[in-house]
Amino acid sequence: MANLQEKIAKAFPEAKFTEGEILLVEIPDNNLHDLVKSLRDDAENPFDYLVTIVGMDWVTSLGCVYYLTSTKTREFVSIKVSTTDREKPCLTSIADLYRIAGIYEREVFDFYGIVFAGNPDMRRLFLSIDWKGFPLRKDYDADPALNPPTTDNERQSDFTQTYTRAADGKIECKDVRVFNEEDFVVNIGPQHPATHGVLRFRTAIDGETIKKIDVYMGYIHRGVEKLCEDLSYMQTLHFMDRLDYFSAHNYHHGLCLCIEKAAGIEAPRRAQILRVIFDELSRIASHCLFIGTFCMDLGATTMLFYTLRVREQILDIMEKTCGARMTFNYDVIGGVIAEPDPDLKKDIRALLDTIPANVKEYNKIFTGNVIAKNRMEGVGVLTREDAISYAITGPSGRASGWACDVRKTHPYAVYPELKFEQVVRGEGDSMARFKNRLEEIEQSAAILEQLLEMLPDEGEICAKVPKVLKLPQGHWFQVVEGCRGLFGVYLESDGSTKPFRLKLATPSLPAAAVVDHITSGQKIADLITIGGSMDYIVPDMDR
Amino acid sequence: MKQVTTKSMPYEDWKDNEYIENLVNELRENGVNVLVGSLDKLINWGRSNSLWPLTFATSCCGIEFVSLGAARFDMARFGWEVARASPRQADFMMVAGTIVHRMVPVFRRLYDQLAEPKYVIACGGCAISGGPFRKSYHVAKGIEDIVPVDVFVPGCPPRPEAMIYGIMQLSRKIKVERFFGGVNRQQSRKEFFDQAEKSEGND
Repeated sequence: MANLQEKIAKAFPEAKFTEGEILLVEIPDNNLHDLVKSLRDDAENPFDYLVTIVGMDWVTSLGCVYYLTSTKTREFVSIKVSTTDREKPCLTSIADLYRIAGIYEREVFDFYGIVFAGNPDMRRLFLSIDWKGFPLRKDYDADPALNPPTTDNERQSDFTQTYTRAADGKIECKDVRVFNEEDFVVNIGPQHPATHGVLRFRTAIDGETIKKIDVYMGYIHRGVEKLCEDLSYMQTLHFMDRLDYFSAHNYHHGLCLCIEKAAGIEAPRRAQILRVIFDELSRIASHCLFIGTFCMDLGATTMLFYTLRVREQILDIMEKTCGARMTFNYDVIGGVIAEPDPDLKKDIRALLDTIPANVKEYNKIFTGNVIAKNRMEGVGVLTREDAISYAITGPSGRASGWACDVRKTHPYAVYPELKFEQVVRGEGDSMARFKNRLEEIEQSAAILEQLLEMLPDEGEICAKVPKVLKLPQGHWFQVVEGCRGLFGVYLESDGSTKPFRLKLATPSLPAAAVVDHITSGQKIADLITIGGSMDYIVPDMDR
Repeated sequence: MKQVTTKSMPYEDWKDNEYIENLVNELRENGVNVLVGSLDKLINWGRSNSLWPLTFATSCCGIEFVSLGAARFDMARFGWEVARASPRQADFMMVAGTIVHRMVPVFRRLYDQLAEPKYVIACGGCAISGGPFRKSYHVAKGIEDIVPVDVFVPGCPPRPEAMIYGIMQLSRKIKVERFFGGVNRQQSRKEFFDQAEKSEGND
């Protein structure tokens, strides 16, 4: 870290540093682009993966915190940029350096009204163009009369805006068409069975070939990040169940780890093992449902019944311990909420016995099928460079040859002690993404077997946590591996009992943003295959 | 008509028979023509046993709806298996999940596109009142303000068994409706939207 700090200080004398678990570099806006570019292009330690952009309102100033990480050394660095202009805040865009940055900047614009000069597409992302105010600002007027729900159709525009900064610092706004005037645009969604929820694609097609897709989200944007700012730390946890409802345990784990890090609490070992057991169970259940719905999209309805059989068995195990089928609330700050069911080990062993036969069956029915092969192989190829630039993590990123499993790269809980393989494939097509998930089921089963050996029958399950938890001033960042990829939590505290800012970086937003890139030039029927294989969860991307 | 019976469940096991009994009483008081009444019964028997849902899911509850369709809970037993992706072919819509501001016009349009006679089930806390997201800036506080709702199924998300109970209640409700002169006139629905328009005008 010291090395990195010296290097930056040499090239950018204006930079201010705050040391911590992750180095924080504070830099004036006009140096941002150069700094990020030099970090990205560094030969030894390339910070080529933009994890997230956290929009911030520090009351006196608005700004962003960029989290970058290197795919080579896995080191994190964070960069802070701010502006005191509240009327027309403007920062420099890095959309030309990272392809995912474009959509992250749109999100910041939507929530905070910060305009990014140089971003080619500066529309609102989740809220309508008529929305008054920027909801995540601290001085946002939440009066429902200002933005009432209306049954009138939403006003939409064919244009997007780009902002450029002239040499004298003046910001110019230009309208640009989203699609060309002669384009034939087909609307897919929001009510469409193959979009897996309420997502909308505006698709420009030439005959049957896709030219461009404009992903239109926000049909399930529930404002979770803003809601969290009014709740105590314990109360924020339950929203994690409702983002990516398949990774409920994993997301809970991530937020708990982040809060525990801030409060200086460590969960007892037994709780850590229990958490990982449920993480891995969710992963199997999630991948099973993915296989079922994905095959259903491709026309193989029967697969859903086979895969849900395993999922129901896992849900039964979870229900016995957590008392619910989907919203578990099992991980709490300091450990887990309840003793596991006495039958837990027996039930998991019974599950593990059935998994090899089930996976074999899935392969027999579907993977080798000639129709499935023709529809998936070579469809929607994503290269390794693009996967990193688009921040596609999880099984989809690993299908493109990028070893991005957080359990290996930034291990947490008891993962360092476990033996398992990171499933990486090089083809990057829909088939690779499908096979990766199938193989991860087997890996998770192997992990579970080790965990059962490790789990003591008795012991503490939760550390002592004060009833009213107050965190010291500061900020923390934690990443965990959800079922669909990297889940990041950014937490900033002002010393009170409520989070000052809680940003959730979810894997589904990049997965939807990349659809435009990997479908262009493909047939419109392949859109279903590609969208299905990216396995995005709409409430997870909209939050 | 004496009692609204179903093959799947004994009458005493239903938790809220009062509502259905009121409907039966209303039917009795108004008096029904023998011929029309028998025809009603026949048609309603068919309608109540082949309810086709619209595949409409916005969030978590939708996944439980998928479980409902799969082998374990198997809604095909009751004749609801034909989930339609187009509202024009569906009988009722199970609003499974949160409805947010951007979704409201789309949701209303889907409702308008459903073929008559149509029904709505509000499934889960979000659809009923906004649920855990009620205080959010971008969430509609219950779908009852947008469309008339026939059955509410509470839960977050409701278990598939609860969904089965909810849809069975709907099918019981259909059994006591007057198809001729009742359902196809839909007096109550007209009143609902007239009132909604009036209250909007007052604002």
